[in-house]
Amino acid sequence: MSNAIHLHYDVSGEDFTRAGEASGAVKKTLKKLGYNSDAIRRVAIAMYEAEINMVIHADGGFVDIDIYPDRVEVLLSDHGPGIPDVEKAMQEGFSTAPDNVRTLGFGAGMGLPNIKKYTDDMRIETTIGVGTNLYLTVIVNQ
Amino acid sequence: MGNYFHSVELNADMCCGCTNCLKRCPTEAIRVHGGKARILPERCIDCGECIRICPHHAKRAHSTPMEETKKYKYTVAIPAPALFGQFNGLDNIDFVLTGLKKIGFDAVFEVSRAAELVSEATRKLIKENKLQKPIISSACPAVVRLIKIRFPELCHNVMPLLAPIEVAAKIARKEAIDQTGLSPEEIGVFFITPCPAKVTEIHSPNYAEKSEVDGAIAISKIYPELAHAMDHLEEVEPIAQSGLLGIGWATSGGEAAAMLGDKYLAADGIENVINVLEELEDERIRDVEFIELNACSGGCVGGVLTVENAYVAQARIHKLRKYLPVSLNHIGNRNIDEMMWSEQLTFDADIFRLDEDINKAFEMMTKMEEILEGLPKLDCGSCGAPTCRAMAEDIVRGKAKETDCIHKLKAKIQNVYDQLKNTI
Repeated sequence: MSNAIHLHYDVSGEDFTRAGEASGAVKKTLKKLGYNSDAIRRVAIAMYEAEINMVIHADGGFVDIDIYPDRVEVLLSDHGPGIPDVEKAMQEGFSTAPDNVRTLGFGAGMGLPNIKKYTDDMRIETTIGVGTNLYLTVIVNQ
Repeated sequence: MGNYFHSVELNADMCCGCTNCLKRCPTEAIRVHGGKARILPERCIDCGECIRICPHHAKRAHSTPMEETKKYKYTVAIPAPALFGQFNGLDNIDFVLTGLKKIGFDAVFEVSRAAELVSEATRKLIKENKLQKPIISSACPAVVRLIKIRFPELCHNVMPLLAPIEVAAKIARKEAIDQTGLSPEEIGVFFITPCPAKVTEIHSPNYAEKSEVDGAIAISKIYPELAHAMDHLEEVEPIAQSGLLGIGWATSGGEAAAMLGDKYLAADGIENVINVLEELEDERIRDVEFIELNACSGGCVGGVLTVENAYVAQARIHKLRKYLPVSLNHIGNRNIDEMMWSEQLTFDADIFRLDEDINKAFEMMTKMEEILEGLPKLDCGSCGAPTCRAMAEDIVRGKAKETDCIHKLKAKIQNVYDQLKNTI
């Protein structure tokens, strides 16, 4: 089996309009690799939600993606405020997003629940005042 | 796939090998090799952007010549509503329809009439919850082809209804048979087209074996003769039977407005269309039931085979619609099934993926990333590929070599020169 394909993207916290660039680029790569379309969609949606979270709550960060023939692993890392109550953050409808992004249609409290729904594994490491690492895995059934 | 017909073609004599079309092509379907552009047929969606941009007029659209109509005993013109936006000061489309008869057609049937039927059928199917939402319009063949080769997850959202030109051709042929007693083959049905994608569609339909349309004549080809005929009409026949909904299909937003609801979105211009499709695929567009997409800016009036500026034509269409009844064509007891596609749109997986075998594709992708690292990332197009990334892909596909990059080549020559200098 070949080695993983590694991709790295910095997510800018300053420019909200650029959120979604990394997930878009990963989607293109997966299509070229001929991954099944359901897996591509799941990776793209989960990554997009996580990218948006990073921009809204944590002033950006970086994304590391490792693509294997049978799975895609994603690490989204930020130096934001951390998540005080992960269980609560996982509840549908719970959101701490500010009003200015709510007017854009974000902040519905579906970010983390959606990420969980679309991935096969999701792990959160978070420390208050230090930052959050979000690990995602999507299994690819060819 | 092998015999897929394309209406967009290159006139090699006029091509100077510049990078204008290369950079503009939305599916990266053009390469320049040996100083001439080449269209990769499997990737081309016949949107006509290269025709629009080429300063040397080296790209052209193949369309049906008027002489072709002579092969038939009886001919029917089915004009796109975009045609009505091409004439200054027009306030009655009967001038255009009578003009078409004067230049040789035996009968005329407006595609906008069929558009009203398609709109009604769509509304009905939405009401009965028979379509996968959000529904993507299937009227623009360039968009349908784009989805077919690039958006696997959206194929089942494409509305499985025939485009108005097919519905119009069916009805027009039947009316002609009833009127003349001729056999179907003796009747020629010709679409008056604003774009090359429609020409392709009648030769290689996205959804069926065979089109009902016998030929597609470009608006720009027919225009001089038609305009002249319209200036010399003795009488104007009352032929038109389109309402404002049908005529509205000529411009972006017209088809969506005919849904008579408010949960719709209409995007035009191929880059905007691609952005909407990407967002749709990621489920980022919500609360929308119907999506109208037109490859050309402004909608069909922006087609490359029209003569008038798209926005001037758009303004004229709005004016023409003003005092028309809402709709003059109704399904009545017509069978909607006859307006449906025989099968759903299927994804063409082979166009963009690197290899059928995922492990092989993986190796190629790894190699591609390595090659890309070494390229200047200027996306200058001098190598003949639209971007450095596309060039890296061409190399791993065995279709280009690294020294095609002039910056790489320059570094190599510099290297040789430095070595020589040191030995002297």
